[in-house]
Amino acid sequence: MSILINQNKCIGCGKCTVVCPGNLVHLTKDNKAKISNIKDCWGCCSCLKECLVGALKLFLGADVGGQGYTLYAKDKGDISDWIIEENETPKAKITLNKKDANKY
Amino acid sequence: MQVKKLSTDILIIGGGTAGIFAGITIAEESDANVLILEKAYIKRSGCLAAGVNALNAYICEGQKPEDYANYAMNDAHGIARYDLLLSMSQKLNSVTKKLEDLGLVILKDENGKYVLRGNRNIKINGENIKPILAKAVENHPKISVMNGVNAVEYAVKDGKAIGAYGVSVNNNIFYVIEAKAVICATGGAAGIYRPNNPGFSRHKMWYPPFNTGAGYAMGIRAGAEMTTFEMRFIALRCKDTIAPTGTIAQGVGARQINSLGEDYGIKYGFTTSQRVYGTVKENIEGRGPCYLETKGISQEQTADLYKAYLNMAPSQTLKWIESGKSPDVQNVEIEGTEPYIIGGHTASGYWVSDDRSTSIKGLYAAGDVAGGCPQKYVTGALAEGEIAAHSALSYIKGQTLTSISDEDIDIQFRKSTKYLNNTHSTYSINDLEEAMQTIMDTYAGGIKTNYQYNQIQLTVASEKINELIQLSEKLTAKNTRDLTKIFELKDRLEVARVLIKHLESRKETRWHSFAENTDYPQEDDRYLVYINSTTLNGETKMIFRPLIKEGQKHEHID
Ligand SMILES: Cc1cc2nc3c(=O)[nH]c(=O)nc-3n(C[C@H](O)[C@H](O)[C@H](O)COP(=O)(O)OP(=O)(O)OC[C@H]3O[C@@H](n4cnc5c(N)ncnc54)[C@H](O)[C@@H]3O)c2cc1C
Ligand code: SF4
Ligand code: SF4
Repeated sequence: MSILINQNKCIGCGKCTVVCPGNLVHLTKDNKAKISNIKDCWGCCSCLKECLVGALKLFLGADVGGQGYTLYAKDKGDISDWIIEENETPKAKITLNKKDANKY
Repeated sequence: MQVKKLSTDILIIGGGTAGIFAGITIAEESDANVLILEKAYIKRSGCLAAGVNALNAYICEGQKPEDYANYAMNDAHGIARYDLLLSMSQKLNSVTKKLEDLGLVILKDENGKYVLRGNRNIKINGENIKPILAKAVENHPKISVMNGVNAVEYAVKDGKAIGAYGVSVNNNIFYVIEAKAVICATGGAAGIYRPNNPGFSRHKMWYPPFNTGAGYAMGIRAGAEMTTFEMRFIALRCKDTIAPTGTIAQGVGARQINSLGEDYGIKYGFTTSQRVYGTVKENIEGRGPCYLETKGISQEQTADLYKAYLNMAPSQTLKWIESGKSPDVQNVEIEGTEPYIIGGHTASGYWVSDDRSTSIKGLYAAGDVAGGCPQKYVTGALAEGEIAAHSALSYIKGQTLTSISDEDIDIQFRKSTKYLNNTHSTYSINDLEEAMQTIMDTYAGGIKTNYQYNQIQLTVASEKINELIQLSEKLTAKNTRDLTKIFELKDRLEVARVLIKHLESRKETRWHSFAENTDYPQEDDRYLVYINSTTLNGETKMIFRPLIKEGQKHEHID
């Protein structure tokens, strides 16, 4: 369980670096997001919810059954789209409305 | 490293659920200055970072606060504090209303009433619960927040808390904070035992790996009385992702079944510890793995589960989709986690009075760090934050700031920063962390031994943990991030050391799995007592206290 960072997409806004509950994400000297230790990630997704350009994605480690897919969120105000990809190809999209409570 | 001195009326350590609510209460009800010290950033720190699923503690129509207190007493097999449970329960619904006013979405029926999940839960959209709380703090000009500062020790003079010391996680700053009162709200402790997935996904645990028991450890080192550490919390969770199971069990009414398809719950009972134990036993006796029976649920239910999990544990939705095995076609495998120390689920933590004062004057505790009051969850943590805030406010009325002397600052500064000057350590911080987890797993009732232990094993655990405590003194740090990791390790080791003493002292098995003592496999009424401890100069003394019954209250005596 950890996050993948696509530094080519990262625009260096720094928003992801402040929210990590484990202080794991930092900006490099050339203003690119970097995770200090990939194994320290809790998988909470706080960082990727901040990223407006989709540079951060969650993946499951092979030790917990990961198959190499990734997950990220596109925040659009009250709505957020969660996108699951395999090799950068979208496999599923789930739209959540922040105003809707869980049915469960 | 620079030393910065600050002062405030009330210092809150930990800007999580309880800490934030204490801060809001103080700001709304008084003119006192309040400072929240948070090691991460309050928008997404602690238990609520990823979101939560429901409010697990609510007094539903037809129920009374007394019913909730009795339920939690029963679940703890008698070892909890009725007085604390009752004062918490009385506030559950008012804090819920406050959360809703702050912006939390709560599911309502056509008559505007909350939709209930069982007897004690209400349904919400909990994804943004932490940003909502953080915003309420940020909108309050009277609350100061310091993010990115890790509290390392209390300042105590003549038995009274007069502030705390902290180290910035990212900058070379050592903070000295003077305060008339201190509220500790640092949450519980994860990462003491070897986790379910010790390899790449070692931090994929249920409880936040960044809640490392700092509040317990600071209290132990300052001589505060602690209670019931031996009632460890082991969660029953979805295999691999360690995501909560309540949403499936209660949401779609899934039964807990073994590999033969038998519903085994009734065989073991339905208290929290019995549910874990049942699953462990079924595996030991060859009927594992165990599952939540979801096969056959509708497409609509599956879609709702995907959404519910994205709102609190996104990895589970990812897992369902990438494996191609959705819950309607495959049952969800469940397993027990490694043991945690959490006063919000079980009863481990500070020994407090009904007003949440600890045994150290001027120091209060709320949320997962406070003991005696299990099953408090989100709303109980808020309730305790409010109670602690009220108590701290009345306490500071007669108090003036006590200055922390330069000599004391110098001693603490050297103690905290010496790792930056250490030049050689054979072991890394991670090496010692893994060693601690392996020792606890093997000799103090971890996953490896199906949570069982005996006295001979505990003696080995104790010796080895003490060796690691010695070794940890030699660790080296390159920067303040390393320093933070060293403090986290040392705090966990301190909690582990005291935990072993508590496990040794309860010579019975009252809670299967949570404290499974194979020398004493039965419940023994002589242990209908609270097992408490205090530590002085590294020596821990055990105290057995009689149960506080319904109608009684505990007050600290000077
Ligand atoms: C994954 C998960 C899901 C849950 N789901 C639910 C649910 O659906 N419903 C429900 O009712 N309950 C749920 N709970 C339980 C509930 O969230 C907790 O009991 C409650 O939030 C605890 O509040 P707290 O204030 O004690 O701890 P936290 O909210 O964790 O706050 C502790 C804070 O202290 C900070 N801190 C720690 N050490 C230091 C230090 N040394 N210096 C400075 N700051 C420090 C942390 O960063 C954190 O911000 C869940 C818990 C978890 C972990
Ligand atoms: S997923 Fe959570 S723990 Fe992992 S890097 Fe992002 S914010 Fe930090
Ligand atoms: S939020 Fe996205 S764009 Fe901004 S620094 Fe982080 S990864 Fe880069």
